[in-house]
Amino acid sequence: MLRPDQDMICNWIHPESRILDLGCGDGTLLRHLTEQLNVDGYGLELDDSNVLSSLRNGINVIQSDLDRGLTDYFDDDSFDYVIMSLTLQAMNFPDRLLDEMLRVGRQGIITFPNFGHWKNRIQLMFKGRMPVTNALPNSWYNTPNIHLCTVTDFEKLCEQKGIRILERSVIDNRHREQPLLKLSPNLLGETAIYRFERLPYHQ
Amino acid sequence: MPEHISEDSVGLVTPQKIHFNQPLELESGHTLPSYDLLYESYGTLSAERTNAILICHALSGNHHAAGYHSMEDRKPGWWETAIGPGKPIDTNRFFVVCPNNLGGCDGSTGPTSTNPETGRPYGPDFPIVTVGDWVKSQARLADELGIDSWGAVIGASLGGMQVLQWSITFPQRIQHAIVIAAASKLTAQNIAFNEVARQAIRTDPDFHEGRYLEHDMLPERGLRLARMLGHITYLSDESMGAKFGRELREGKLNYGYEVEFQVESYLRYQADSFVGKFDANTYLLMTKALDYFDPARAHGDDLGEALRKVSAKFCVISFTSDWRFSPQRSRDLVRALLDNDLNVSYAEITAHQGHDAFLMPIPHYLDIFHAYMERITVYPLPGLPAIEES
Repeated sequence: MLRPDQDMICNWIHPESRILDLGCGDGTLLRHLTEQLNVDGYGLELDDSNVLSSLRNGINVIQSDLDRGLTDYFDDDSFDYVIMSLTLQAMNFPDRLLDEMLRVGRQGIITFPNFGHWKNRIQLMFKGRMPVTNALPNSWYNTPNIHLCTVTDFEKLCEQKGIRILERSVIDNRHREQPLLKLSPNLLGETAIYRFERLPYHQ
Repeated sequence: MPEHISEDSVGLVTPQKIHFNQPLELESGHTLPSYDLLYESYGTLSAERTNAILICHALSGNHHAAGYHSMEDRKPGWWETAIGPGKPIDTNRFFVVCPNNLGGCDGSTGPTSTNPETGRPYGPDFPIVTVGDWVKSQARLADELGIDSWGAVIGASLGGMQVLQWSITFPQRIQHAIVIAAASKLTAQNIAFNEVARQAIRTDPDFHEGRYLEHDMLPERGLRLARMLGHITYLSDESMGAKFGRELREGKLNYGYEVEFQVESYLRYQADSFVGKFDANTYLLMTKALDYFDPARAHGDDLGEALRKVSAKFCVISFTSDWRFSPQRSRDLVRALLDNDLNVSYAEITAHQGHDAFLMPIPHYLDIFHAYMERITVYPLPGLPAIEES
């Protein structure tokens, strides 16, 4: 069973492409892409139990720490797509990893919980506390999400880095993609999904 | 002695011996005119002969990988944790073959065997065999057993090197390669440890240039030192600390040079149980095979290039506290496999037991191992091309 953001990713991927899934979790997405779209690929994952589940899901999984970068394993331009779903915000150096994604892949696809979502804003504004929501269920002291950002933050970083956004989608807490969301994605989108590539002169 | 043999053991097993009359040309240029290979097998070979698994042993291992030879045996085979009904290498599904390597001292032809030319033990005249030579001899064993292609070749440490060599030499004859706590070559530090071990043996006054059997002697002191040194490097600082700490055997210092700390007692025990069981010339030969192994050497030190013709699917496993075959060596191998777009999975097991972890019943390790083995199909494979030794 795919998560809604993963469903969206599947719509963006060409069949038979080469995929790298960073933080592949239990391997569900990569297995789905392999079975449905006949892609070739590898998943990188750090967590022991996820590595085990990925193995059981029949995918190629490499246990590794994304904060070490990808130079241990991959040459430039090795993949058509490098995917990172709900993982960016847990990285020590998300900006460097963005560079790495576009070094080893032609395009990147990222999904992250949008910290600009109205629920987060309300909790911070009226309760004065770090938001705890369905999308961000942990308390501030035990959350793996150490680098949260908003839709606007992410797009600013891309602009700064010379990354061209090819497609953007935001989904609300019921995982719907509604026309209303497009009016104010940073306020109404709970999860953001981006497909992007490097602008040629920034290579 | 096992009072009863547990249900997940292969139970009582009997080694088999096959004699090979076809001379074996070795990498060194020498030729072995004929030789024996002793092996054990567990499980049943399917009618299609597609469920065969080859186990390659490490430096001090042998053909006795699982089960017991008799009800009087104190211990089962060396990889009882991994081989048996319901275990990762599930003998309900697989036909498992484990030979004793050439040059060994447990029944296959080696330095303690009689040299047909002289009628005396080979001793130092037994030619040095390499990982590549072992793989060739194992392929002949496969021919004898009617196995065209192994479902998997599996090995740890020096055994893992043989697995890698199998994937290079016989790409059509290996479906899956499982390489545990291994490396594509030894580091200088690793070769240095081997050299100290060899020097310990070769400078023992009872070594007699390797002809100790003809003198009715054994270079016990040298072999003991070699084993003690090896053993230290197979464990980790943490595991030794946890096992022995600074515990004293008699609870007090004696201000002498006899055994005082528990760790000293342990090392002496390990040495004692090795001497008499293992041949010094075999030890020398095995460490040389380790030192020489480097498939990238013939390809401009480019491991990726050395693996160009490989087609097996790989599972690579390392252990965090293994400093003799560190995780970095496994990552290097994974990198070279990825460079060739091969199917590969890699798990880095958090374990404090050092290199020896591959023998230990570490639950997560066995789960990972098991999960990968479940992927191996034992159904008939599509017609494979006729196989020639390359």
